[in-house]
Amino acid sequence: MLSTRSIKTASKLWAIDTAISMIDLTTLEGADTPGKVISICAKAIRPDPTNLEVPHVGAVCVYNDMVKVARQFLDSSGGEQIPVAAVSTAFPSGRASIEVKQRDTEDAIANGATEIDMVIDRGAFLSGNLSKVLTEIVCIKEICGDRAHLKVILETGELVTYDNVRKASFLAMAAGADFIKTSTGKVQPAATPAVVLVMLEAVRDYYQLTGKKIGVKPAGGIRTTKDAIKQLVLVNETAGPEWLNPELFRIGASALLNDLLMQRMKMKSGQYSGRNYVSLD
Amino acid sequence: MRIDVKKTYKLFIGGEFPRSESGRSYEVYDAKGNFLANPALASRKDLRDAVVSSRGAAEKWEKTSAFNRSQILYRVAEVMQGRAEQFVSEIIAQEGLTKSQAKKQVEKAIDLWVWYSGWCDKIATIYGATNPVSGSFYNFTIPEPLGVVGVFAGGKDSLLDLVHGIAPVLAGGNVAITLANQNFPLSAITLSEVFATSDLPAGVVNVLTGKHSELASWVASHMDIDGIDGSGLDSQVYESVRLAGTDNLKRIKKFSSTQSPERILAFMESKTVWHPIGI
Amino acid sequence: MNFEYSPAPESIAIVDIKPEYNLFIGGKFVPSKGGKRFESINPANEEVLSHITQGTSADVDRAVKAATEAYKKIWSKMSGAERGKYLFRIARILQERAREFAVLESMDNGKPIRETRDTDIPLAAAHFFYHAGWADKLEYAGVGEKPKPHGVVGQIIPWNFPLLMLAWKVAPALATGNTVVLKPAETTSLTALLFAEVCQQAELPSGVVNIVTGDGKTGELIVNHPGVNKIAFTGSTEVGKLIARSVVGTKKALTLELGGKGANIIFEDAPIDETVEGVINGIYFNQGHVCCAGSRLLVQENIKEELLEKLKRRMSMIRVGDPLDKNTDLGAINSRAQLTKIRELADSGEAEGAQRWSPECSLPNKGFWFPPTFFTSVSQAHRIAREEIFGPVLSVITFRTPSEAIEKANNTPYGLSAGIWTDKGSRILWTAQRLKAGVVWANTFNKFDPASPFGGYKESGWGREGGRHGLAAYLRGEH
Repeated sequence: MLSTRSIKTASKLWAIDTAISMIDLTTLEGADTPGKVISICAKAIRPDPTNLEVPHVGAVCVYNDMVKVARQFLDSSGGEQIPVAAVSTAFPSGRASIEVKQRDTEDAIANGATEIDMVIDRGAFLSGNLSKVLTEIVCIKEICGDRAHLKVILETGELVTYDNVRKASFLAMAAGADFIKTSTGKVQPAATPAVVLVMLEAVRDYYQLTGKKIGVKPAGGIRTTKDAIKQLVLVNETAGPEWLNPELFRIGASALLNDLLMQRMKMKSGQYSGRNYVSLD
Repeated sequence: MRIDVKKTYKLFIGGEFPRSESGRSYEVYDAKGNFLANPALASRKDLRDAVVSSRGAAEKWEKTSAFNRSQILYRVAEVMQGRAEQFVSEIIAQEGLTKSQAKKQVEKAIDLWVWYSGWCDKIATIYGATNPVSGSFYNFTIPEPLGVVGVFAGGKDSLLDLVHGIAPVLAGGNVAITLANQNFPLSAITLSEVFATSDLPAGVVNVLTGKHSELASWVASHMDIDGIDGSGLDSQVYESVRLAGTDNLKRIKKFSSTQSPERILAFMESKTVWHPIGI
Repeated sequence: MNFEYSPAPESIAIVDIKPEYNLFIGGKFVPSKGGKRFESINPANEEVLSHITQGTSADVDRAVKAATEAYKKIWSKMSGAERGKYLFRIARILQERAREFAVLESMDNGKPIRETRDTDIPLAAAHFFYHAGWADKLEYAGVGEKPKPHGVVGQIIPWNFPLLMLAWKVAPALATGNTVVLKPAETTSLTALLFAEVCQQAELPSGVVNIVTGDGKTGELIVNHPGVNKIAFTGSTEVGKLIARSVVGTKKALTLELGGKGANIIFEDAPIDETVEGVINGIYFNQGHVCCAGSRLLVQENIKEELLEKLKRRMSMIRVGDPLDKNTDLGAINSRAQLTKIRELADSGEAEGAQRWSPECSLPNKGFWFPPTFFTSVSQAHRIAREEIFGPVLSVITFRTPSEAIEKANNTPYGLSAGIWTDKGSRILWTAQRLKAGVVWANTFNKFDPASPFGGYKESGWGREGGRHGLAAYLRGEH
């Protein structure tokens, strides 16, 4: 199933644009400043300022305290349609009380986040306290309500086994996740193809059981166009083509966008592009 | 004056001592040409009965732990030792040896049996393997018994050659259908009595007395026999056995009187098992 | 939606196929003495690739003489360490020319380039590399302190893994000091002939490897040649028995790798998605042209429906078509004769009451093709449950208890391979212990390695290939 595929040239262009529209363009650093956040917001709206055919990305993903900065810039610069995703619930470790996590989530939504990327309590999961994991997701989902989409980060690098990944996927879906997401990006390994495959199988099986389509978001480690297309092939052959859109598949990344843009330029011009022909942020 | 009670020499099938279903027997003479006995002349129907018995015993014997098989075979040697006198006198009568020569053969036979009994739980250690394949797999190879092996006993040493044939077959976890040396059948019949009175499960060794030339082709072509030790066959009959044995690709071998694990391995298959290593 | 896979054909510019080929005897390509030529075609499009020589009695005689001379004068006198260096050279050249071999094998055999590229060719090189290291350690091979080679070995190989089977045969033969007369299958001679060039590039002494092409008649001449000391054959059980008969009355040693009807046993607690992948790999790998294929699926009855649903879904992802397309999963059937046989057996399955299923897939107009197929409602008595189909056809049989699974799995004259799928370790070992099969794959299938002995119980063959056990088959000596 993890075998390689080549796609048609026309499909490749489509795949690159689709991948761009699936990106949650992310900055999650201790050193994040309003300047940095504004810079990625600008890029989210117009990834390639020299070519307006290029679609905008799926969302901007930032820490809670940057949500307001991001939302205001997007709204004032033609990016109203781009959601802001906030990493809430004591990201990345999740080591805080449920009250703090609830407050964190409230705060993000109040500042304009319409997507919440929460982390599960891996400590509780690994110690067998699945009900705590479930309850926390249910609590956060209640807060999100209709106001925000809930993405549940499993942090597969800490769950370690595929059995755990599958179990946690089902737990999150049953608790009300709109998306299941591999990783925070702070732990290695992150979105390996095998982990994404297990999660895609889980959403496929959950759909067959319940009729509900849950999205999947690999995050961390997807840096090249080749990686991204490999992910799309996995989606196509595992969950099915109906998952091939930003409503059901996102890629958490930062560096990937520039590689996609350079590949896109190469396809259009026939020349290999250089790093100075795409913007740094 | 007391009249001796003479023994009736019969077949050994499934732990019992039946006469041939054919009712036939043949005459055996001692080294000086005097009448010795009327052993049963086994028929191909007797062979079929023996195969049925052997097949049933094979499954049980194979599943008996190697350590247990080793103990049971050692127990056979113990009982052989207890019957040493009987073996000696029969060897003297059949082969015309001196008492000390006969005694020497019996001692060698018992020691050889002990040697093979110790192999039961070592053969897999020495001839199995863990194979370092590339890729994340645990991979091991173990020797396993074929099942039912026909043993044609021959040679000049009636008891010793019998042990050369039977012991390695049993040590590998196979069961043996033994076709006794047709000129020296008494040792085979007494050895059957040893089997019957030791802990060897019924059917693990069946012993047929009779004519190799009559039974060889039926053993060779029987589709439920897996291997043949044809050491006791003359080369012409042996080649015909090889030919008929190709119908189910029997493992057919012939040995000089060698003492070697090769004789055990000749009737074993190597099984290789793969399993992924992962979490 | 605009997401379609495009043909990604591997370029054939890398291969240089000559219009006709001679025989490789005594280190040179030499014309046959009286042999006609026959066509070798690409089974994916029926185009003629080249013309191959039908080796004659005189040719086989020349080849055996060359091998005998090379054995006596050079190869048996050379130290193991030096012999090993030639094998290392061959391994390296195979790696260097891997792409060329992969493309040629795919064209000649019909198997997908992905498989030749990722499996056949790397494994063939690995076999030479592995055995190279044995050449100077033969006293540790478990056949006594002074093991000796047989002399001249006649090797007859099948068409399903042409170069890989050559490597399985030639590498251990050379490492142990034997010389070789090899006959490739008549439909797939090209990589063997390219291998002859590799022998030249490696400066292997003349006559150590001789390649005589031709059909079964040429094979028979090799088997019956009095100058041959050992025969190694891979192919059908039927032909294996004929060979076994023809060596009766001679002192020739014989090893046989023959057919199979492998059971792939799925217990109720098997990890289902992994299992489905394993089932696919077990029967649709290499178009099912695999002697150890998992061609009988023994599934515990209570998970049959779920498994089959998943299997159907997965099978509809299988891409059938141009073997040179890197996207292709299932290539062409190797020959018209084989296609006829597969069709005949599949039809017998339907006639005997089994239900046939294949995903929708369009097959190319030219060439030999058969869609991935499975049969349900198969009984142990059906021909498709007993006979080797050697094609992408799976027979699904159910069982209720582990003992029943074992009984059904072992209920065949074959005994080559088996698979076990369960999450329970003790059950794996319980099952593996009871299966009468030479290779047991637990929670995996169709894995091969030069270090791993391969070969069958019962009518699946004599002896092993690979590992220490396989090496020992090329040596004479006391254990």
